[in-house]
Amino acid sequence: MGGSGSRLSKELLAEYQDLTFLTKQEILLSMYVVSAPHLVDNEQQARSGNEHTGTPIAERANGSPLSARAHRRFCELLPQEQQSVEASLRAQVSFERILSLPELKANPFKERICRVFSTSPTRDRLSFEDFLDLLSVFSDTATPDIKSHYAFRIFDFDDDGTLNREDLSQLVNCLTGESEDTRLSASEMKQLIDNILEESDIDRDGTINLSEFQHVISRSPDFASSFKIVL
Amino acid sequence: MDMAQPLPFVLDVPETPEDQGSQEPSPYDESEVHDSFHQLIQEQSRWAAQEGLELQQRARGATGSGQHTLSGSEGAHSTATLRILASMPSRTIGRSRGAIISQYYNRTVQLRRRSSRPLLGNLVRSARPSLRMYDLELDPRAQEEEEKQSLLVKELQSLAVAQRDHMLRGMPLSLAEKRSLREKSRTPRGKWRGQRGHGGVCSCCGWLRYACVLTLLAFNALLLLLLLAFIVGPQAAFPPALPGPVPVCTGLELLTGAGCFTHTVMYYGHYSNATLNQPCGGPLEGGRCSPRAGGLPYNMPLAYLFTVGVGFFITCISLVYSMAHSFGESYRVDSTSGIHAITVFCSWDCKVTQKRASRLQQDNIRTRLKELLAEWQLRQGPRSVCRRLRQAAALGLVWLLCLGTALGCAVAVHVFSEFMIQSPETAGQEAALLVLPLVVGLLNLGAPYLCRILAALEPHDSPVLEVYMAICRNLILKLAVLGTLCYHWLGRRVGVLQGQCWEDFVGQELYRFLVMDFVLTLLDTLFGELVWRIISEKKLKRRRKPEFDIARNVLELIYGQTLAWLGVLFSPLLPAVQIIKLLLVFYIKKTSLLANCQAPRRPWLASHMSTVFLTLLCFPAFLGAAVFLCYAVWQVKPSGICGPFRTLDTMYEAGRVWVRHLEAAGPRVSWLPWVHRYLVENTFFVFLVSALLLAVIYLNIQVVRGQRKVICLLKEQISNEGEDKIFLINKLHSIYERKEREERSRFRTSQAAVPPTLFTDERDA
Repeated sequence: MGGSGSRLSKELLAEYQDLTFLTKQEILLSMYVVSAPHLVDNEQQARSGNEHTGTPIAERANGSPLSARAHRRFCELLPQEQQSVEASLRAQVSFERILSLPELKANPFKERICRVFSTSPTRDRLSFEDFLDLLSVFSDTATPDIKSHYAFRIFDFDDDGTLNREDLSQLVNCLTGESEDTRLSASEMKQLIDNILEESDIDRDGTINLSEFQHVISRSPDFASSFKIVL
Repeated sequence: MDMAQPLPFVLDVPETPEDQGSQEPSPYDESEVHDSFHQLIQEQSRWAAQEGLELQQRARGATGSGQHTLSGSEGAHSTATLRILASMPSRTIGRSRGAIISQYYNRTVQLRRRSSRPLLGNLVRSARPSLRMYDLELDPRAQEEEEKQSLLVKELQSLAVAQRDHMLRGMPLSLAEKRSLREKSRTPRGKWRGQRGHGGVCSCCGWLRYACVLTLLAFNALLLLLLLAFIVGPQAAFPPALPGPVPVCTGLELLTGAGCFTHTVMYYGHYSNATLNQPCGGPLEGGRCSPRAGGLPYNMPLAYLFTVGVGFFITCISLVYSMAHSFGESYRVDSTSGIHAITVFCSWDCKVTQKRASRLQQDNIRTRLKELLAEWQLRQGPRSVCRRLRQAAALGLVWLLCLGTALGCAVAVHVFSEFMIQSPETAGQEAALLVLPLVVGLLNLGAPYLCRILAALEPHDSPVLEVYMAICRNLILKLAVLGTLCYHWLGRRVGVLQGQCWEDFVGQELYRFLVMDFVLTLLDTLFGELVWRIISEKKLKRRRKPEFDIARNVLELIYGQTLAWLGVLFSPLLPAVQIIKLLLVFYIKKTSLLANCQAPRRPWLASHMSTVFLTLLCFPAFLGAAVFLCYAVWQVKPSGICGPFRTLDTMYEAGRVWVRHLEAAGPRVSWLPWVHRYLVENTFFVFLVSALLLAVIYLNIQVVRGQRKVICLLKEQISNEGEDKIFLINKLHSIYERKEREERSRFRTSQAAVPPTLFTDERDA
């Protein structure tokens, strides 16, 4: 398992590096997240020289404390039988486990993010490649174009292809906090949404479509840096 | 119409309300839905012929005259309309694989035919490519997704591997789809990996400072390199005889620049006025006669003049070029509007991981939104004439006060400098030399704060205008002070220091100003911003840290650079001092920024600021320094006892002497004197070049104006198209409503006995 597993991983690693914006280190780190083995201690694994999991490459390539930190932080997300590399790639992780990651826990859009990146037919599970897609879009080197594309899809709460008033009000409520005393008043909300539509709805149809959204985003220089998740 | 086969669109469209939530329109069923739309148009054209008038009236009544709005909320539309709406190309472009593939196909094609300025004729390549691909009138059968994919694959194959990987990486498709595209477009030539581009923009202020400081560092480094190579190096290799005993080095030299720094390569006075490394033939003035074997003679005065001239010329060209480049990049129509949309879409920082930080961020955003709404509300209030007059009066008063402050500072500097000249007892002490720079530095520090406090009195209508006015006032102040100083040096000091080396003195003065500016900036950063933060937290009880004042900091950078440029002629090593100062200031400001300030609330300011920075750097700063230099070279008599031009009437004469020398040298180099006489000294050529430059600038301005006009027209066109769309949606809605009613009535009447003629009538129509 060890030899063939590592060969498979190297090719796959190169492919992932070509097709996403992630570096090798980040890809291996995310592998930890999805296919973290039952072992909790990084040192113990190194000592035991366990070749049965997909992790040896990560350790050989990346013996820095970053991987140990990631390892200690991420609890197991997969049951024990899905340890091998091939199985971990095809395994589907349910949303609860992904949402328990500290990077996503405090994000008010976490459910939308998971839903947008999921490619399963029931859209309630994320595979490893979906997770890589997620990290790639939120990485440092992703183009603002692709970030704004996915930001639009995340903000489109009813998935109808545009941001209408309900989407916008839900978005503002996510930003300001869900509880009653932190929300904007109804008149403020209406005024705010009117202003937003006034500023960004170019074709005056009452909704913001993708092109208009990208046009608004292009005027902001720190969109790319705020739409970033660091693993 | 084929009666036996049920109409496909009747099958697809759910007519009963029970089907409402069942199927989301699938993003992959584009062709089916577009087909249904096409059928619908056909049927409707028939119905319209029958009762066209009634439908039109209903549609007009529902939408009202003038501005069309969607009749009722979308929830009131039938599911049929909703389904068709959801499949509109403008709505599926974000989700549909086919639309994404078409869009990226277009982009790949555009990548091949690269053009710098967008061709106006090419506007049909809009961001809605899938609509273009479906030619509804001529081609009822829409292009299959596989066809589109194969087109894209073909385009990708024609790209280089690096470009193809870059395109693939930027496509918003899932990893599996990208992998399949890559497999299909892989040529057997090779699989070597392409390079990655590096994106990543730091947050507003860090980036801004970084960009500005980097630009300045580049200019200084360029100048320094030239000076080191052509002036300092050769002179250091052939040091002249020192006039007297070397003064001992105390620590004060670092501040005053005098003392043991005086007779070094640092200042103008040290440079010899003869040809270095000359073979010992004729008599030499100064310089020792010790030629190196095989060495080239090096004419120092000429080298000095030319190097400084060429350095300034190159700086000018690169400055104008980077200004034009940045201007073109950052020039957008109405880039300051859209603040609400940008705040809502871009302000959530996804990097926060703690619950507490997340809640803090929510509080911040809520406060900011409320502030924006309050500001907007204020602007919307009705403006009475009285109020406007009052606002204008307040504005005028504040401007008057600030101009008065600037004038007052200039007068104060003038009086003080005269006092320094008149009082002989301070001439002996070295520390007294630091007083003038200190006074000027304090004025430069204090007056902008005063103007900032005064600006609190004026009405805050437009934040853009506020910032630009603050910049203008600060700029006027600094120009007034610098102008007075330049007059003081070239006008008064030259006269007073006859018989001494006045160029050395001016060089030292500029060094002192630079160092004092650095010290005061340090103190201001460490104490000023800290103190202001404490005051604003305790006394003014503001919850947030004070904003980072970009305008003031940018102007400080420009002021320092102007000083460096003013002093290059008299102190060739001044750019080195400026580089060290820039690096130290950058790191200190960065630390202070993180501790004491917060990012400014206006995100658009950063992108504008680099253009403003370069423009200000070019026009008042560099132009002023160039004028100063030209005056010093052309008009002022160099001192007779030191420097490379000591025997000449003006510094420029060195060049003229050399040209005369060349004329006498022989016919082979006669083109150079000819160029000199007819192009450089003849003013007509200069006028011609300036006229050409102005013509080019004017043409560019007109092109930009034309493009702005086109943008406005396009916006109008888009909003007209939007009205069309709403009209069509309402019409669709009315059609389906009517259809529903008819079906319902038909169902009801079919329960009773129905004469068959009714059916055939319907179907034959």
